[in-house]
Amino acid sequence: MSVTERTDVLVIGSGFGGAIPAYHLAAGGAKVVILERGPHLTAPDFTHDLRLGSYTRIVDLVQGDGITVVAGNCVGGSSVVYFAASLRAPGFVFDRRGSLGHRLWPSTLTRAALDPWYDRVEEALPVAEPSWDQVPYPGGLFAAACARAGRTCNPVPVAVDLARCTNCNWMLNGCHFDAKRSMLLNYLPAAAAHGAEIRPLHEAQTIAPATTPGYRYRVAYTQLDAGDYRLPVGVGAIEAKTVVLAAGALATPVLLQRSAPLLGGVPQAVGRYFSGNGDRVSIADADEDKVRDLLGLERAPGIPYQGFPIGKPIGSMSYDRLDAATAEFTRFSLQQIYFPGITDLLAQATDTPATSWFGVRKKEMRARWPSWLSVLAMTEDDNEGVFGAPPPTGSSTRVATSLCLSTLSYRPTANTLRGWAAADAEARAVLERDGLARVRPWSENAAGSVSAHPLASCRMGDDPVTSALDERGELRGHPGLFVTDGSAVPTSLCVNPSLTIAALAERACPGIVASTAEAGVRARYGAPTPR
Amino acid sequence: MVPGEKRHSGDLAIAGAAPGPGAVQAGAIELLNLPDLGIGALLPELALLVNTRALAYAAIHGRVLLPTQPPFVALRFTDRTALAGELLTPGAPDRQLYVLLALFAAAAFDTAAHLHTTEAIRQRHPGLAWIGFPAPDADGLWRFPDYSYGRRLASEHPLTTPGGHPA
Ligand SMILES: Cc1cc2nc3c(=O)[nH]c(=O)nc-3n(C[C@H](O)[C@H](O)[C@H](O)COP(=O)(O)OP(=O)(O)OC[C@H]3O[C@@H](n4cnc5c(N)ncnc54)[C@H](O)[C@@H]3O)c2cc1C
Repeated sequence: MSVTERTDVLVIGSGFGGAIPAYHLAAGGAKVVILERGPHLTAPDFTHDLRLGSYTRIVDLVQGDGITVVAGNCVGGSSVVYFAASLRAPGFVFDRRGSLGHRLWPSTLTRAALDPWYDRVEEALPVAEPSWDQVPYPGGLFAAACARAGRTCNPVPVAVDLARCTNCNWMLNGCHFDAKRSMLLNYLPAAAAHGAEIRPLHEAQTIAPATTPGYRYRVAYTQLDAGDYRLPVGVGAIEAKTVVLAAGALATPVLLQRSAPLLGGVPQAVGRYFSGNGDRVSIADADEDKVRDLLGLERAPGIPYQGFPIGKPIGSMSYDRLDAATAEFTRFSLQQIYFPGITDLLAQATDTPATSWFGVRKKEMRARWPSWLSVLAMTEDDNEGVFGAPPPTGSSTRVATSLCLSTLSYRPTANTLRGWAAADAEARAVLERDGLARVRPWSENAAGSVSAHPLASCRMGDDPVTSALDERGELRGHPGLFVTDGSAVPTSLCVNPSLTIAALAERACPGIVASTAEAGVRARYGAPTPR
Repeated sequence: MVPGEKRHSGDLAIAGAAPGPGAVQAGAIELLNLPDLGIGALLPELALLVNTRALAYAAIHGRVLLPTQPPFVALRFTDRTALAGELLTPGAPDRQLYVLLALFAAAAFDTAAHLHTTEAIRQRHPGLAWIGFPAPDADGLWRFPDYSYGRRLASEHPLTTPGGHPA
């Protein structure tokens, strides 16, 4: 028989969305328990290794229908494996209407309203704006190509301690040098210092009403085997006065779907309106001679570029197409980015879509791998992702160590496709000018579209029909149940989302503390940002 | 997925369509048999499945296959390529399975996913050598002290806020 434990606040998931409320609630005096599905690893465990079983312990590849999502699976969540580009969303994003025809963000939320919360997060992380001599070669090449094509290009602010960074380019594995300022280095240790208890390898399964008077919810969980996450090794349940659900945009709606019968129903917008942040990756295969002749670049005698594997994954970015005056679905950013070799498969070498990404020509292209440059477009997609019926446990079906099958389906609408086409055209206009490079989007034949930025599957808003959360991040009709992860973000952002997820989580904290206090916990809001 | 030269003159499984080692030489079979992956026992079944599809392909396209060879191996390289394209096309039956197989075969070549990377580099792993994967420092960690052109290469967007964000 399992004993039901009790706590003031239960946080599910330990990424940006979970770590930040966990800290503020614990520092404010509440007893906090964090359930995290993945293992607890730290810098010495983060090896430079592409063997299966190394980074695959902490990175999941979640395959849906028409989309594949990459996400973290460990204490610290995706902040441990992410590339640390830390950007504020442009102002126009908050006015987006999508194809629904009404403003999608809560009326209280604008860029100006969110700026103070962005400021707080940047105190904790902290975010550094690299100087040009700290931008690695691929970012330099992209910037030089932009300039030659009459565009602007910026160094990208990163949550990296630049003095410690060795430019190893192994960010997906977790940072061995602790240069990346993940949640493992700020909010989580600060929460633990205030008594928060982090339980790795604990996967929440359902949320139900509590049976103990004074407690609001009862969360059932499974403990997972450290060597094989498919194997349950124990079960338990915890009752809490407040639940903060922050399992990420691929898991939060699924947990709520499974819990719907227990909770007497959940808002109909749960598990709908998923956005992949409009992510669209292209590979540019650069001509080294042209890099020298057209851009005048030489990084060593006789070597113009060959810098793909060098540096930090994200170095430079063009904001030129983030013009508030232009129509929705035509705005996007273009960002230089590096992905490890596991994604090489997706690069296209020919114009025949069915076979473009494998075979003889593709092998020839691989021989020029150091001369590749990849470009990520973050566009205005149409929130067209929908989750099907939840699997028996967890948020997806784990078929191998880091491979999961999700019920998420994603069929890009004409609006989204128009945005992607505009981004592709701009990437070509910049990088194919005078034969500098040859640009092709990743093949969609293998995995559908690919996103590392899942958002909006349980989003906040003013309209109860199209938003599951109110503007404070509380699940409609379920007092004391808050959602603070990427699933709460209403739309794609045209930039990388982590800083916005974190700022929204910071913004939700006073409300979560107040709700917890209403439930009889002596908790106060106002702790300083951890450093 | 990543074609290579024949391992010996009688090699039928590898069509020899491209110079240099391919996915098999890079360890695709070892990778598929990794105990961590847990699919080794299924490989004969999977081969059967591919061969069934190869037979169907041959029938539809009027190809005569030598009965002494497994059907997929008996196909010409261009037909193998076309069949692979069909198996991997969105909406095709069992596609998810073939995508995983393609992913693992490519991962053997592009990442030596069955070996520790430092070890793979020491062994001159054919895939990592082909793509020009850089070598680590003596302690098995990668560092790039020279990593930047070291100069401004574009002007920043005029509406950039202090801190480097878009407005
Ligand atoms: C490779 C990669 C690179 C990226 N690069 C950038 C970048 O440069 N800049 C940027 O802004 N963004 C980047 N992102 C995206 C960014 O990391 C995410 O948007 C962000 O971390 C999401 O935060 P979150 O709190 O919503 O979810 P996560 O950080 O994903 O946290 C969710 C946590 O919940 C856990 N969990 C899931 N289900 C359960 C359950 N049932 N019970 C308990 N725990 C559960 C998960 O294991 C995970 O740890 C990147 C992402 C990836 C994968």
